[in-house]
Amino acid sequence: MKTILYIVQKEFKQIFRNKAMLPLIFALPLIQLIILSNAATFDIKNIKFSYIDNDNTSFSRALIDKFEASTYFNVVSNFSSEKIASSAMLKGDVDVILEIPSYFERDLLKNKKTDLSVIINAIDGAAAGVENVYINQIVRSFNRNAQAKLMQPSDLINKPKNITSITSFWYNKTLNYKTFMVPGILVLLVTMITLFLSGMNIVREKEIGTLEQMNVTPIKKHQFIIGKLFPFWVLGMLLLTIGLIIASVLFNVPMVGSLGLMYLYTSIYILVILGMGLFISNYTDTQQQAMFIAWFFIVIFILMSGLFTPIESMPQWAQFLTEFNPIKFYVEVMRMVMLKGSSTVDILPQFTKTLVYAIVMNGLAVWSYKKTT
Amino acid sequence: MKNNNVIKAEKLTKKFGDFTAVNAIIFEVKKGEIFGFLGANGAGKTTAMKMLIGISIPTSGKAKVAGYDVFTDPENIKKNIGYMSQKFSLYDDLTVKENITFFGGIYGLSRKEIKAKRCQLVEELGLEEIVNELVGSLPLGWKQKLAFSVALLHEPKIIFLDEPTGGVDPITRRQFWEMIYKTANNGTTVFVTTHYMDEAEYCDRVSIMVDGRIEALDTPKKLKEQFNVNSMNDVFLKLARG
Amino acid sequence: MKRFIGFLKKEFYHIFRDKRSLFILFGMPVAQIMLFGFAITNEINNVNIAILDKSEDVTTKEIINKISSSTYFTIEQFIINEAEIETIFKKGKIKAVLIFEKDFSKNLIKENNASVQIITDATDPNTASTISNYANSMLQKYQQEVNKSIEIPYQIIPKSRMIFNQELKSVFMFVPGVMTIILMLVSAMMTSISITREKELGTMEILLVSPLKPFQVIIGKVVPYIFLSIINAIVIVLLSIFIFEMPVQGSLLLLGVESVIFIVNALSLGILISTISATQQTAMMVSLMGLMLPVILLSGFIFPINSMPEILQVISNVIPATWYIIILKGIMLKGVGLAIIWKETLILVAMTLFFIALSIKKYKIRLE
Repeated sequence: MKTILYIVQKEFKQIFRNKAMLPLIFALPLIQLIILSNAATFDIKNIKFSYIDNDNTSFSRALIDKFEASTYFNVVSNFSSEKIASSAMLKGDVDVILEIPSYFERDLLKNKKTDLSVIINAIDGAAAGVENVYINQIVRSFNRNAQAKLMQPSDLINKPKNITSITSFWYNKTLNYKTFMVPGILVLLVTMITLFLSGMNIVREKEIGTLEQMNVTPIKKHQFIIGKLFPFWVLGMLLLTIGLIIASVLFNVPMVGSLGLMYLYTSIYILVILGMGLFISNYTDTQQQAMFIAWFFIVIFILMSGLFTPIESMPQWAQFLTEFNPIKFYVEVMRMVMLKGSSTVDILPQFTKTLVYAIVMNGLAVWSYKKTT
Repeated sequence: MKNNNVIKAEKLTKKFGDFTAVNAIIFEVKKGEIFGFLGANGAGKTTAMKMLIGISIPTSGKAKVAGYDVFTDPENIKKNIGYMSQKFSLYDDLTVKENITFFGGIYGLSRKEIKAKRCQLVEELGLEEIVNELVGSLPLGWKQKLAFSVALLHEPKIIFLDEPTGGVDPITRRQFWEMIYKTANNGTTVFVTTHYMDEAEYCDRVSIMVDGRIEALDTPKKLKEQFNVNSMNDVFLKLARG
Repeated sequence: MKRFIGFLKKEFYHIFRDKRSLFILFGMPVAQIMLFGFAITNEINNVNIAILDKSEDVTTKEIINKISSSTYFTIEQFIINEAEIETIFKKGKIKAVLIFEKDFSKNLIKENNASVQIITDATDPNTASTISNYANSMLQKYQQEVNKSIEIPYQIIPKSRMIFNQELKSVFMFVPGVMTIILMLVSAMMTSISITREKELGTMEILLVSPLKPFQVIIGKVVPYIFLSIINAIVIVLLSIFIFEMPVQGSLLLLGVESVIFIVNALSLGILISTISATQQTAMMVSLMGLMLPVILLSGFIFPINSMPEILQVISNVIPATWYIIILKGIMLKGVGLAIIWKETLILVAMTLFFIALSIKKYKIRLE
């Protein structure tokens, strides 16, 4: 036991003496958290909207006004011809072109029906879909107003049937993206820092030669490993704490659920990550290799964690694979506990799975660490 | 009958795939001896030493260090030996004091013992001024002497030194060897590898490895007679050519 | 010159002998493209919902049928009262509950109005608003069918055309981003670590004392990574074309030239990072935290720049990756030529020259 303390003491001294790394470990991730939580949003806003008004009546202008008034769209220009408009879209100056046909108002009054042509830049397919929905909503609303004004009682033999839908948004009334992303980014940062530091730390000692020195001492494997990993566990928990404070103070992320539960879960989760770091360092000889392999797996795990894109949208085989991804569980748990107040019972499946992973991963890591080769 | 051999190697072999780094070497080292393990770079000295200190498992053969078998008992070997690696392996970002305290603790010394040893060490080496300096900032000679002393903190039976005087000036080398003499006089066996042939003169007995095998094993005096030369350097040249 | 070639050879040996790193270097882009192509998408599908049907009549059953047969929703559960909603939301699997009011059919026929409540778990605002949009669209469609016999006059019908990506494949949007990230990773991060490694091991001094001029040392270190980056870029483009049918509407040559400019840009960033890092660890952390993460989040790779706050949009403009992604999307998906993207190209070139100048200056200072 005392031996472990000696190692822990040494590790802490080394970490805090490393003046170059300290800001990178603490300041940089937290700055990232602050800046990037503001960037990460799938909200569709400020869409570069343009129009070609071939009608030029007060009626067509009224339609344009509706788009001007919408917060989704920024009306950036109007064009006189489709050719010029297309060129602008190629340049990237606009992403939507609404073309109002000539005799728009006249045709509507005469034929009781008319078309509108819309061209949408669909490179971002999901965004394009949403933009289309918004455009339809605005046109429909404009349409209804027009109908209300134009329709005579004689036009209506039968009243149309109406299905009204009322949407309510629970836990996040304002649809604030930050509320959703901040816990996720916090997960990301805690994971990356603990993984890279723990992985590279041991390989570093290998490269310098001090690891060999340790292997010649009578120190037991488990003493060495616990002593080495414990400081990074502490670092991870520290990062979590600072991150949570920033989340609630700066971003007003609600802390609905139990803090104790969050800490408990994180403490087990970090063990999984540390185990991974150790495991990687046992099979690499240089820091470069260790970093690379860690990076490779982290990127894949993060992409498949539901952090940025929903897991339900993945094909079945991919969803199955995510069951082996500890980051996925952590992201779920943090969001559920923080924003909805889910209880221990609710997160029991994730909790047990992570616990199993912690045991398996660390078992593997300890087993593969050889003092004698 | 009590065996006076602290190290005994019988046909000790290490292979890496097809390449045989250490080829069935046989030798013994007596208690209190200064045993020089010589050879050119790449001859297999370091590989052999790694087996003896318990961090590399032999491919075949037998060896006992401090009474423990290298195959079955490497951890017990480690309790009884000290080691100074080629790179000196103290922590550059810890102070002199911290390094001593750390390694003392790892070897299971009590706080009191560590303190006593530390004071003794600092006095002997004259490190009072720099005891709170980072080891990384020390000149090579000091690092080396410190590493040697740290390896002896737990009073091991044998100390293994792997090329301990690399890159150091002749005066410091001389001082270092005086430390080795003193240690041997106290009953500690010193097992040292080196490729400086003049240092071979300082040893009680030397062995010379060439391409994985021990081609010569005797006292320096007898070896020079055997090969009819005046220096160990010439002994080596003869062996390498022949 | 011969010395330089010799040095260059050594650098190549270093890289190609490190099998593990090499595997990752080539495996990573492939793995990422595969993931993005087959698994990752920001579309919404198969969302688990629950239904609270207070009417259980013909109409509601019809609507529910339509919902269950759509790919957007998966009906997980039928609940019997509102109290259950909170419980199932807390469990996390179900993202929305549709509540049909009592006497739905009756109200629709008699009063011409019936209502549906769409209660969404908005912890993920994107999913929630999309669920809301889809559900609404479905209800609207159903409403239209009910009213089919009634000719409502004065209809304005918008007809939308999706261009550059008709099938709305999400992989099209991600491929330029993945290319950027990989090139950035190989060129900037690896270069900075490679140079710093020599510093850390002490072999850099040996190189500097040799007859090789300092700039030759740097160029020698950097050239292998140019090759690797180019190979990676080609692999990514080929994979995208053949597996995901991603078009390259524009000129491949232009694509190549722009990519080389970007690679040089990333390399000079890598060199810059190496001048401020004493150890590999530092170089890696700076590359990761200071370069990679901002690039992923601010360059328009996944998150639309338009939606970010002003300050971040400004920062985004300072990142070379942002411009490269615009250029890539332009060439590959819009089929534009230099005439259209000359502005972006110029900006990229200017940034590249700036970084090169800066790294040369910093490097000279380091040496003195």
